[in-house]
Amino acid sequence: MANAFDRVKIARKVTRPTARDYIEHIFEDFIEFHGDRGYADDKAVIGGIADLDGTPVTVVGIQKGKTMEENLEVNFGSPHPEGYRKALRLFRQAEKFGRPIICLINTSGAYCGVGAEERGQGEAIAKNLFELSHIKVPTISVIIGEGGSGGALALAVTDRVWMLENSVYSVLSPEGFSSILWKDPKRYKEAADVMKLTAQDLYELRIIEKIIKEARGGAQNDFGFTANLLKNSLEKEIKTLSEKDIDTLLEERYNRFRRFGEFTE
Amino acid sequence: MSLIDNLKDRLKVSDVEGLKKKAKAIKDIVSNKPGKNEAEEKKEEVPAGFIKCPDCGNIIEKKDLGKLRICPKCARLFRLNAKDRIKTIADEGSFEEFDVNMEAKDPLNFPGYPEKVKQTQTKSGSKDAVRTGVCTIGGYRTVLAVMDSTFMMGSMGSVVGEKITRAFEYACDKSLPIVVFTCSGGARMQEGIVSLMQMAKVSSAVARHSDKGLLYVTVLTDPTTGGVTASYAMLGDIILSEPKALIGFAGRRVIEGTIKQKLPDDFQTAEFSLSHGFCDAIVEREKLRGVLKRILKLHGYKKEAE
Repeated sequence: MANAFDRVKIARKVTRPTARDYIEHIFEDFIEFHGDRGYADDKAVIGGIADLDGTPVTVVGIQKGKTMEENLEVNFGSPHPEGYRKALRLFRQAEKFGRPIICLINTSGAYCGVGAEERGQGEAIAKNLFELSHIKVPTISVIIGEGGSGGALALAVTDRVWMLENSVYSVLSPEGFSSILWKDPKRYKEAADVMKLTAQDLYELRIIEKIIKEARGGAQNDFGFTANLLKNSLEKEIKTLSEKDIDTLLEERYNRFRRFGEFTE
Repeated sequence: MSLIDNLKDRLKVSDVEGLKKKAKAIKDIVSNKPGKNEAEEKKEEVPAGFIKCPDCGNIIEKKDLGKLRICPKCARLFRLNAKDRIKTIADEGSFEEFDVNMEAKDPLNFPGYPEKVKQTQTKSGSKDAVRTGVCTIGGYRTVLAVMDSTFMMGSMGSVVGEKITRAFEYACDKSLPIVVFTCSGGARMQEGIVSLMQMAKVSSAVARHSDKGLLYVTVLTDPTTGGVTASYAMLGDIILSEPKALIGFAGRRVIEGTIKQKLPDDFQTAEFSLSHGFCDAIVEREKLRGVLKRILKLHGYKKEAE
């Protein structure tokens, strides 16, 4: 059994299959759409429409690169506000045409820079949480690598949240966590253990509904295995969710997030 | 794996020397102590009952700050805790507090967290970083939530998330407007992923309230950052801010580390936020109550006895 930081290392591996890899494998007829219609086209977020087993869907992913060149283009998978606004535009388009939404998440976090602040990174994320919470189509998000804080949550206020076996999801990186709470960035392994960021931990905490298995050592070792499992699960679950009437779906989505929190009174 | 090897592996580059330099720069930034509590609380050689204004440097008798806590020499705004803030906004005696006894648990079993909460409770006289309730403002019945930067930098864990969610649900149920004063360092790290989920929980409650056509006014106060900015702080129908408040998503040091440059002084201020289009108006503290009253009136809410 791998310890938590081993999972972090696998999740960050440069050879790990990306959102685009899964989109190409799982969907037919993918057409990519660009731009937020306000400022720019953020390449860290990819999205468009596609066919999933006969059902038209909207798919949005956060894209990491596998080479330095690719990573410079996609900003290492850290979206700017226009990336989140592009996602939101595609979500609203999906709602208009009654298409289910599937999000594939892989980011160490929303980008922290001058332009990101000037263009309202906080507002962009907030608006996505708000809109996804009551969007009137079925929604599923899958964390396929790193699920870094608000930058990941901005695509994950969905009816179902799943994780690949070696992906991680947390409020902050273990390195950041240990330097903030212990003033010691070297205790990142210990931080990873305490933080409950693995798929198994988050399944037990009921933060996620499902874990998609990976080959030993990570999905890159047998991409088809994980991609097929994910494809089958998505096909099944989109059908199940599509059968619910919209009020039930929204009520269940509200309650899904409503129950999080531990307190006494 | 060392940081260098890790980076080499991730970036597929061979410029080890360059990488070492970068790694050192990152290390230097990370090892900087984050967010010192505000300078105004630091005890300098100032006589008891006095305080040195960090802006103008004048030594001021504390009582001269008045109940609004404004420097009489330079108009600097000192931070207000939730209790004192409520007194400046709600009609006298009208505030009925909700969930007075709600306290944090420890979802990650994080070493030292329960003790830290207990200590802060004793020191601050508050159970956690927000007070919520219903009141009248100039006679208009309104739900009011006020965050408290004196409690663990106003960080948002389960208690903050739950109390604010319930406040929105109450407002939704009773068809009332809601005013939220934000100030926060962001998510409460000690509660890990559970604190991240509060962002989703509160935003969902904001959406329900909004779907009923009800009014939500945010007042951004110093400092509003991180997960609070990236959720309900930016979701008000109307977003007001106090002058010079720090408002942003990422921490200043984190950004300086990313871009390897010093940021200008006015970066992430209320004025910066206003000029970039992310808040509706900056309102002086002494005018806030009046402005809120006018906004409530202009939304057609009925006035009760003042």
